[in-house]
Amino acid sequence: MTETHAYEGAPEAEFRDYVALLKPRVMSLVVFTAFVGLWIAPVDIHPFIGFCAVLFIALGGGASGALNMWYDADIDAVMNRTRSRPIPAGRVQGGEALAIGIALSGLSVMMLGLVANWFAAAFLAFTIFFYAVIYTIWLKRWTPQNIVIGGAAGAFPPMIGWACATGGISTESLLMFALIFFWTPPHFWALALFMKEDYHKAGVPMLTVTHGRTATRRHIFAYTLVLAPFAIWLGLTPVGGPLYLAVSVVLNAMFIAGGWWVMCRSEDAAKADNYLVERRFFRLSLYYTFLHFLALLVQHGVGTW
Amino acid sequence: MVMALRPEHELHRRRRSRNVGLGLVLAAFVALVFALTVVKVRQGDLMEAYDHQPRVSILPKEEPAAQEAGAAGVRP
Repeated sequence: MTETHAYEGAPEAEFRDYVALLKPRVMSLVVFTAFVGLWIAPVDIHPFIGFCAVLFIALGGGASGALNMWYDADIDAVMNRTRSRPIPAGRVQGGEALAIGIALSGLSVMMLGLVANWFAAAFLAFTIFFYAVIYTIWLKRWTPQNIVIGGAAGAFPPMIGWACATGGISTESLLMFALIFFWTPPHFWALALFMKEDYHKAGVPMLTVTHGRTATRRHIFAYTLVLAPFAIWLGLTPVGGPLYLAVSVVLNAMFIAGGWWVMCRSEDAAKADNYLVERRFFRLSLYYTFLHFLALLVQHGVGTW
Repeated sequence: MVMALRPEHELHRRRRSRNVGLGLVLAAFVALVFALTVVKVRQGDLMEAYDHQPRVSILPKEEPAAQEAGAAGVRP
């Protein structure tokens, strides 16, 4: 006999579908960079307060992720990589994601204000606004520079962590911002080169589509050049030290070399070996940020300049 | 005809997953706020605040020092 169904259509949401709305993988980067920003700041903070501060920064990041998924459900439904996200898959309603995003935004900002200070809370609120409204709603579908501007949202967490401890902004926190801000475009454009998403069909002006793949390769190399001085400059500030400086010089040399190889390749050569160099460059870019922030943490542990 | 009825539909598993998940999150939040309260009180942040009339205990500590200085000046 046939199976009986109590209802038709997509299944109801499980708890993990709501967790997926918060983009846990993006959140892990937010947690790590915010923690480093908070921990290496010159003002000591109670470990539990530090833990709570990082938690609510991450929750704010998750809330902006839910708002992003609410607004971008139409794009996500078109592209292969994002088709199985909770909203396009039908497990979570768009309205639910919007409600969760707004509620968690309010909660995380208020709690961060109570845990740390109101400057950090305002900074978090601005970051959520920047990612959800300025990037997702306004710029993502309008300009091929969307990745550059969206990178700023990902670059704020270490500054917020720093602000939790110190209550303000300083050269060091601005340089941590620059480190992620200038790293994001080469990282994402390398992905765009070999993922070959149908951004055009989705209505997202990606640089690979609007200006071509050769121009994208030039942009990647240019950003690795811009990034290097900021990364090394951070090593000369009071949070830096010989260890960080050594790690940074090596990583930036590798990153610039990688960008150079990506730029010099023709599309035919890339197709021939299935984008091997681009994939390698992308993997290197993942290690690049992780190792920079890890080096900051270790340098703080063994003593800075 | 005896049908093999499954007492629990897959739908119930999904609902329980939501309920248990939310319950754990709320319990964790309560524990977090409690622990945070303990830490904040131990640090002595804002134990007293303005309470609709001036309170001696929260006035700046300069005045008694100034009075002492004045008293010292009068002393022969």
